Amino acid sequence: MDPECSRLLPALCAVLADPRQPVADDTCLEKLLDWFTAVTEAGSSLLLLQENPCLVELLFHVLKSQDLSSRILSFSLRLAGIFAAQEDCFQYLQQGELLPMLFGEVGPLGGAAWTAPAVRSGWIQGLRTLAQHPSALHFLAACGAVDTIFSLQGDPSLFVASAAGQLLVHILDLAMRGPAEGRRSPQACDWPACAQKIVGHIEDSLCSTAIPQVTQALSVLTTAFGHCHGLWTQGLWVRLSPLVARLLEKDPVPASHSLVDLLLSVARSAPSSDRGLWETLAQTLSHLSPTQAGPLALGILKLQDCFIHRLPKDKRDSWSSPAQSRAGFILRTCSAAFCHLPSGLTLWILGHPVPQALRTQAFGILLQPLACVLEAAAQAPGPPGLLEGAAADSMMVDTLLSSKSACVGLLCCALAHLGLLQPLPQRPSPWPQAPLLGAAVTTLRLCSGSAAPTSDVGGRLCAILVGCGRVQRAALDFLGALSQGTGPQELVTQVFSVLLEYLVSPESSSMVLKKAFQATLRWLLSSPKTPGCCDLDPHTQLFLRELLPVLQKRLCSPCWEVRDSGLEFLTQMTRHWGGQAGFRQALLASEVPELTKQLLRDPESYVRASAVTATGQLSSWGLCATPASPECPGAQQESLLVELLHILSTDSEGFPRRAVMQVFTEWLRDGHADVAEDAERFVAGVLQAASRDLDWEVRAQGLELALVFLEQLLGQRSSHCPYAVALPETAPPGVLDQALQVLCRVQLFEFAFRALFDCDRPVAQKSCDLLLFLRAKAAPCGSSQEAGDSPNVASVEATLQRWQAGEQGQPLGYLEPGAVVALLRSIDLEGLRDTLAESSDHVEKSPQSLLQDMLAAVGVLGENEADCY
Amino acid sequence: MKLYCLSGHPTLPCNVLKFKSTTIMLDCGLDMNSTLNFLPLPLVQSPRLSNLPGWSLKDGNAFLDKELKECSGHVFVDSVPEFCLPETELIDLSTVDVILISNYHCMMALPYITEHTGFTGTVYATEPSVQIGRLLMEELVNFIERVPKAQSASLWKNKDIQRLLPSPLKDAVEVSTWRRCYTMQEVNSALSKIQLVGYSQKIELFGAVQVTPLSSGYALGSSNWIIQSHYEKVSYVSGSSLLTTHPQPMDQASLKNSDVLILTGLTQIPTANPDSMVGEFCSNLALTVRNGGNVLVPCYPSGVIYDLLECLYQYIDSAGLSSIPFYFISPVANSSLEFSQIFAEWLCHNKQTKVYLPEPPFPHAELIQTNKLKHYPSIHGDFSNDFRQPCVVFTGHPSLRFGDVVHFMELWGKSSLNTVIFTDVGSDVTVGTVLQRHRRDTWLYSKRPSSQLRRKQGLRDCPWHSLPDIHLEPDFSYLEALAPYQPLAMKCIYCPIDTRLNFIQVSKLLKEVQPLHVVCPEQYTQPPPAQSHRIDLMIDCQPPAMSYRRAEVLALPFKRRYEKIEIMPELADSLVPMEIKPGVSLATVSAVLHTKDNKHILQPPPRPAQPTGGKKRKRASDDIPDCKVLKPLLSGSIPVEQFVQTLEKHGFSDIKVEDTAKGHIVLLQEAETLIQIEEDSTHIICDNDEMLRVRLRDLVLKFLQKF
Repeated sequence: MDPECSRLLPALCAVLADPRQPVADDTCLEKLLDWFTAVTEAGSSLLLLQENPCLVELLFHVLKSQDLSSRILSFSLRLAGIFAAQEDCFQYLQQGELLPMLFGEVGPLGGAAWTAPAVRSGWIQGLRTLAQHPSALHFLAACGAVDTIFSLQGDPSLFVASAAGQLLVHILDLAMRGPAEGRRSPQACDWPACAQKIVGHIEDSLCSTAIPQVTQALSVLTTAFGHCHGLWTQGLWVRLSPLVARLLEKDPVPASHSLVDLLLSVARSAPSSDRGLWETLAQTLSHLSPTQAGPLALGILKLQDCFIHRLPKDKRDSWSSPAQSRAGFILRTCSAAFCHLPSGLTLWILGHPVPQALRTQAFGILLQPLACVLEAAAQAPGPPGLLEGAAADSMMVDTLLSSKSACVGLLCCALAHLGLLQPLPQRPSPWPQAPLLGAAVTTLRLCSGSAAPTSDVGGRLCAILVGCGRVQRAALDFLGALSQGTGPQELVTQVFSVLLEYLVSPESSSMVLKKAFQATLRWLLSSPKTPGCCDLDPHTQLFLRELLPVLQKRLCSPCWEVRDSGLEFLTQMTRHWGGQAGFRQALLASEVPELTKQLLRDPESYVRASAVTATGQLSSWGLCATPASPECPGAQQESLLVELLHILSTDSEGFPRRAVMQVFTEWLRDGHADVAEDAERFVAGVLQAASRDLDWEVRAQGLELALVFLEQLLGQRSSHCPYAVALPETAPPGVLDQALQVLCRVQLFEFAFRALFDCDRPVAQKSCDLLLFLRAKAAPCGSSQEAGDSPNVASVEATLQRWQAGEQGQPLGYLEPGAVVALLRSIDLEGLRDTLAESSDHVEKSPQSLLQDMLAAVGVLGENEADCY
Repeated sequence: MKLYCLSGHPTLPCNVLKFKSTTIMLDCGLDMNSTLNFLPLPLVQSPRLSNLPGWSLKDGNAFLDKELKECSGHVFVDSVPEFCLPETELIDLSTVDVILISNYHCMMALPYITEHTGFTGTVYATEPSVQIGRLLMEELVNFIERVPKAQSASLWKNKDIQRLLPSPLKDAVEVSTWRRCYTMQEVNSALSKIQLVGYSQKIELFGAVQVTPLSSGYALGSSNWIIQSHYEKVSYVSGSSLLTTHPQPMDQASLKNSDVLILTGLTQIPTANPDSMVGEFCSNLALTVRNGGNVLVPCYPSGVIYDLLECLYQYIDSAGLSSIPFYFISPVANSSLEFSQIFAEWLCHNKQTKVYLPEPPFPHAELIQTNKLKHYPSIHGDFSNDFRQPCVVFTGHPSLRFGDVVHFMELWGKSSLNTVIFTDVGSDVTVGTVLQRHRRDTWLYSKRPSSQLRRKQGLRDCPWHSLPDIHLEPDFSYLEALAPYQPLAMKCIYCPIDTRLNFIQVSKLLKEVQPLHVVCPEQYTQPPPAQSHRIDLMIDCQPPAMSYRRAEVLALPFKRRYEKIEIMPELADSLVPMEIKPGVSLATVSAVLHTKDNKHILQPPPRPAQPTGGKKRKRASDDIPDCKVLKPLLSGSIPVEQFVQTLEKHGFSDIKVEDTAKGHIVLLQEAETLIQIEEDSTHIICDNDEMLRVRLRDLVLKFLQKF
């Protein structure tokens, strides 16, 4: 600890111990704790306490004082925990009997302060930090803390209850991890007393008839299996699994959510050869209600994925050794494959030994609600259900029809779960793409009322689902996800037809419509190209002809969200298909481009922004509306460029202006005809407008545009890859001089230098990068001018210094290319970049300033007293 | 209690309720579907209409060519449009005591009833219903009378000739009862019979029943009615809405505990949410106007138009339509716009509070002030000077057979830039349901009439569904409205805005108010024929709703069991109740029942009471109480097993007990005696052995309480 902090510490401790002094907010105390953690991690806690006796005094004082705030008490408990985490310091504090007084029954535990959740939370967190060594275990046992933790599991404060559960797991792990871990037998008879006690408590809770107790036990176990990787966890499972299995015998299964979490946590924690686990999972799947079983089924099917990511790096080498029990087991039982990741790392992908029967059962559960829908809506007995075993059973039908909320909940979960599963490599195979498509389409039709089921169940389902926005949204999302696969043409036609139905229907809410647009886009983009022809296939063409009138109407909707999603859809479609003749023809024949242009004047700023992006995109492909407007046929249609510039300089909202900057950058990059005509004038105009903008994102985007311009003049930037071998590419002198002339003319430097001292850090950083790039291009080249040669360099430097000081009023004036090069060399851009790279509060973040701030807040610092005049 | 159903139209009800001694007519709506069979009445000479060829029989006989004209394969009557009246033969309408009006749409047949049936009673309605109803009638009369038609077609109505006509004329029913529109004089006379009422006002009808109007939330002054006696309550729910846009919200609480709830006037478009339809309306309007086209909105002069104007008020600026003129053309446009602003007490809370601010409740006032909305009595006069295009025109009549709308249909029908948007389903179009049908490149929201109606109108044969200009389903009433304008290039959009209760709302309402019985038109008790799987589009209640159809008489399923009788205080004083079991006391009363004006009063008997007084029994048809009868009254029941035991104790043997439907028969075989024990009587049948009878009687009496 630096001396200045040591000097301030006694005063701070005095302030903290004084109930009359209001301490600054909780964040200060949190920062203080962070600082102490850092200090103790870096050195000896014991030494710290010995050098700063005020800290121990503070802790003693806290114990004595009656009217301290709960925040200070909580802080002190956590502080003591931080100190006691080191065993020697723990002993030191033990000698003073401080720890039993803080954490034992004589401490806050028995007092009135205990009613404050903050104190209970501080107590738990203190113990959590403290429990790092065997001595701590003895201490916990001696002061009876474990029993208190048991009771805190049911605390009314959820934070306290959850922290209590985690503390139990931590203590258990500490007890089991001791020196004897390797020899620890899975049989629990020789486990340490502390662990025995905790496990005994968990066992009792599991057998309890009170559901909260069962839930607590299950969540403690879930944490244990999720966070602890010792071999002892296997033993724990062997011991507790019969009790967990017994829960399944009850009807209804108690705490089913927690049970599902636990089972998945166990399954993820170790690829167990124990068939018992798979049997338990299978049993659980069949015992839980359809709604509860869904998450478990999904978890089981995703298991493989989880496991790949969880394989510890350091074990990778040991996999080849079959002697290693776990890794050996994996290699023996699983198929293995190589997977090349982009970064060049190679990871083992290992199949998870989940029995196929269990996977089939789990998949069946996810499919069942949809199988039910398909069956209910079938006009005639069709092909067998989605999958063997996924036929709609009567229990599922009962659940679906029991109430609207049950039906909607179940269907939404099933659709969401299947949607999550769809893109995963370990998804069940064969994947029933066609029936799933059919089910999604049918669900959507039931929701819109356009399905006409003949069965009784179908009729009732229809009555429940008709107009239900939640199911519509879930089904559209799912339908979108299914676009990644293929399906029979007949079904794909149905997909487009149902999507169109939703896009057309006035009953579609704005959210549903947005999802319908998204799903449509995904399907359109995944539709196959006609072989041997680069244009759109005839089905898509036909669909487009129906779609565009709908889009037209949506762009006139009174609901801005609808107009906005319509424009977003148009932008995306144009981005992908702007070059397709079929699309261009259809679009130009419609009124969509004209309407899009009109929306540039929409009263809603989000819509204006989307309209800017859309017209920008249309214009890039030469699809923008150009004919004179019918209202005033004589009027000259002003060019889009002028209109967008107008928006950039006058729009009162930030979104449209940002959108304009993005469009301009894109235009410049792609060589848009309007821009290429006179790029210099264009860049000058845009930079001028952007430099005045109050929105930092617009200014940052201005720098992006400047960079694109630079690259066009001077050549690409070198690759960012740090390993790439490349010589610095400098521009040939003739090119450079010309380029610098141009850059000076468009006043790019004024813009960049201003941005360099921008009050918003991202802008300054970007500008710094840009100037560094420019210097790299220009500097090695022996320019005729040297720093200081030019008469105005000095004055420019002076101006820049004033700008840095915050006085940005004065303009830079016209800069000569030579002066620019000189300036670039003279400014310490690297230094500036490093400063900017630090967080914005790095100056104020020092512990010293924290202590000073806290003292200043209560007026203890001398200089503040002097300010009282 | 009986219900006479004079109209089968669910949103244009006309029913007569006989309740206690009163005869109450509930609404008298006018079905204007019949006018669709007639040619439009153009305000300005239309060469197209006047040059339509006359229709001749297949054999070339052209004797009907003056009466019937052919347009795009459809045959129309070239005469003044006629209306189909409610049933007049089912019940003698001169016996109707009162007519209760629920809203201005449901009173359009009033002059036919009050002026031509011998009706001498009173009509009850709220002030806005009367005022706006008057406007609607005035507009109707004006539309018809200002285009006098020299000829009147009646030949085609001859039954033998009608058989030869093409559909739908061939199948039109009861054409002989169709009537021409009433005159303004008849309207005035009819309206003079109306007595104004306010919400929750209790109106006594002959002391027998009490009727009370309640806010129904559908339109200005629209009401539901409670008809109740002391022990019975009938609720009449007609045209109600929970989506309160401008009228006072619906009063649901007062409908609770009804014995019978008569439910009519639900939304005609149960699958179309009014909000979405308003959005659709705005989108289509903007799309047309931005492309330089005109928008025509056929509508009534009151009701939905207020909401549309309010919605447009908020929308036009944002849609960049501020420069587009809105025209409202109706003989009563001015009155309608002004009336709406002054009915403060009938408005919803939001609008009511504006009355006390320097701000009119409806924003159309501001649209008028800023010249964005202009209104004219007709297309003649000022309108023709101000008219500029593109524009939006609101005008009537929604049937497209008369009114200024005819002119605009003729004017704009030829250009595909223009659009006609149907929003007002009002009440005079065919009931049905919305279907979404994909037809070529146009999506349409359509209404499908019942199959019966389709047959009636022969819509399957309708030829113009194949016309290239417009891609329509052949069987919707709005398309029927368009029939005489074919071929039509103008775009047609159907965004019906009907704020009346939908089936979800009805089922919630019924759950909340829990009537014992629900009575409704038969259309509401089954899913729409075209969507038989939509069981959500019907009334679902327990016990199932009773349904009615036109010309049916329904015996309402409850019996009156009680009548309230007042007891004079002095008589009440003399009563000595005796508690026969906890909470139940009895007393005998001797009194004179006095009945006048359906009120019953028990008065003390004219003679002073006898010494044994108080415990007397009154005999029917005997004014003077018979005081000699002093037999005690008995109560209680006879437990058969114990009775048999008692008999055995008293020496009777050979006892047999038989169970009967009503009780038991105890047979004393030796004594040849029979004791018949039933719930409310006991008979001892023995053969001339009075001693035995008395013995047995005493044994029976031991089990009963006397007082």
